[in-house]
Amino acid sequence: MAAVTRPARREKPEHVRLTEDGKPVTFLEAIREALWEELERDPDVFLLGEDIGAYGGAFKVTEGFLEAFGADRIIDTPISESGFTGAAAGAAHMGMRPVVEMQFMDFVSCAYEPLTNYIATSRWRGSGPLPMVVRGPVGGGVRGGPFHSQNPEMAFFHTPGLKIVYPSTARDARNLLKAAIRDDDPVLFFEHKKLYRAPFLRETLQPGEPVEPLGRARMHRSGTDLTIVTYGLMVHESQKAAELLAGEGIDTEILDLRTLLPLDEEAIVESVKKTSRVLIVHEDTRTGGIAGEIAMRVSERAFEWLDAPILRVTAIDTPVPYSPPLEDYFLPQVDDILKAARYLAKY
Amino acid sequence: MKRATRKRGTSIPGLGRPQLLELYYYLQLTRQTENLLSNLYRQNKVVGGLYRSLGQEGVAVGSAYALRRATDGTGDVIASAVRSLGALFVLGVKPADVLMQYMAKAGGPTAGREQNIHFTDLDLGYIGLISHLGVMVEVMAGVALTFKLRNEPRVALTWTGDGAASTGAFHEGFNLAAVQRAPLVVIIENNAYAYSTPVSRQTAAESFVIRAPAYGVFGDQCDGNDVFAVYAMTRNAVARARRGEGAALLEVETYRRLGHAEHDNQHYVPAGEVAAWEAKDPVTRFENRVKAEKWLNETELAGVRQRVEAEVETARAAAEASPLPEATLALAEVTGGSAPTPPWTRQDPPRRVL
Repeated sequence: MAAVTRPARREKPEHVRLTEDGKPVTFLEAIREALWEELERDPDVFLLGEDIGAYGGAFKVTEGFLEAFGADRIIDTPISESGFTGAAAGAAHMGMRPVVEMQFMDFVSCAYEPLTNYIATSRWRGSGPLPMVVRGPVGGGVRGGPFHSQNPEMAFFHTPGLKIVYPSTARDARNLLKAAIRDDDPVLFFEHKKLYRAPFLRETLQPGEPVEPLGRARMHRSGTDLTIVTYGLMVHESQKAAELLAGEGIDTEILDLRTLLPLDEEAIVESVKKTSRVLIVHEDTRTGGIAGEIAMRVSERAFEWLDAPILRVTAIDTPVPYSPPLEDYFLPQVDDILKAARYLAKY
Repeated sequence: MKRATRKRGTSIPGLGRPQLLELYYYLQLTRQTENLLSNLYRQNKVVGGLYRSLGQEGVAVGSAYALRRATDGTGDVIASAVRSLGALFVLGVKPADVLMQYMAKAGGPTAGREQNIHFTDLDLGYIGLISHLGVMVEVMAGVALTFKLRNEPRVALTWTGDGAASTGAFHEGFNLAAVQRAPLVVIIENNAYAYSTPVSRQTAAESFVIRAPAYGVFGDQCDGNDVFAVYAMTRNAVARARRGEGAALLEVETYRRLGHAEHDNQHYVPAGEVAAWEAKDPVTRFENRVKAEKWLNETELAGVRQRVEAEVETARAAAEASPLPEATLALAEVTGGSAPTPPWTRQDPPRRVL
């Protein structure tokens, strides 16, 4: 195969070598470095999406990429989420590893057709694995209104053949995005936009940290009295609750799922067997949310270990409202987690 | 200007007598395989629907024959429409594989997981379609884009019906390829009906090819029942794409002489319409032309037909002999290394998952 042509590399800009320079990175910078390093590592990796080139992406994730990698590898597409997601599949058939950016993950619904019908089924149909990533910002709390705040993971959770990653820390954002790009299956990668520049998530990473495969949950906080199973921004809301609960003598364990598909059922079961009480927290809406599936798995695998009913804290079943009082009412809050946890601890 | 290459004994650039014999072979292979499939369908040996290309075989065969073929994954790449069976044969797909797909047999390329020509052989350059129309244009835009990124002189080609040309996916995929000047050739195969819906209800435009200037690409059209015209038109568009001149939108006019699938009795078709198109049958036209031009004689044509008859019979025997797949083959990998586990009620002995 002919090698991909690219312009001569300029010196690596400062904003993508923070880790190399021993400096801490935000969640967004971790994602940016992961993309940059994968583009450098593998000539088959290329990016496509809306406004990712000259503009550097709506959130500036790919700022400076066009200048370094050229318009053949940083492709500004027409506004056509279905078209460029389907095209990514064709490129993946040919051995490329495309990374698609959804400007907001709300727009991934436009690509539901190629993702669920063509891409997810390809390996099983015998048409070959499709190594590709669809990544983009998700989540509420930023006054984005109904169409720039969604958490659409469960629209895809029901589709065999896809993987779904939803990290909550800078380290995981970087390492799991690299893992997703190197994975031979199609991966949806959800980045909570409220985490992008959150100062408390800044951390110093090591260059060349090992990239572990997808599908493993992470113990965020170890505890003995109850388990909170959660992911994304809610990991940090749960952490706030856990700190307050600690003052009340309730020792909370927090399991960060990180990967929703495949779901790390063993980690969930293990934690439930340890604490016998489980609360599932997700920012996604209630009905059809992942809490239902997790509760079922706990019932199948750990019913005898439970000392209390399985509870959930979620958003309410409406579109995401715009006005602050409405959106705050819509979203799960630390206070909701506290109340549910106290109920469980006392049960 | 490149001199038109006249091969031995014909006036068609690119086609000598050996090539004409090949073209006739693929036309006959398509028709006879489908005739056999109709018989197998009536014997309930085709377990799903049967989608025939009777009357439009010349489109698939003539256009695929204009491609650069390889068996090691380095040739041009096609994605089929459901009536593109002839193109698969041109690329090297074996008739037994097609029969086993229709018969849901273990020996078929998907071992019974998928049906008809929904399968893929990347070595031959064949990407199988799914049932959702238009998506293959998107996928092939990505294939073409890859050829452009890698500077490979290869072309991606796909067919869509007049119905699929109405989808948003068609537009999004084709527009992306057009903007990127990727080597994608799309042939809109106007066969008059999408299931029962006439083309007049798919588009208010006078043709499909008039979209070409709107997309900013090269466009061309021809009589889809004239194999020579289809070949020549595709050959030109493919050469342009290979030279880096970008995507092309082609249109052929043809006619679906049978229903959407075998169960469809075509009651919606005006009387006499099918018979009128039967008189324009692409295989008969090919035979008449090559004989009238004295490029091939009846003995040579009969020899091809007999060879195909024998091959199709061998394929039938192989397909019938292949067993149905083991039920647990449904548990094939959905993602790498993780085939789903059987439900606990199907485990032996049945046990709770605790």
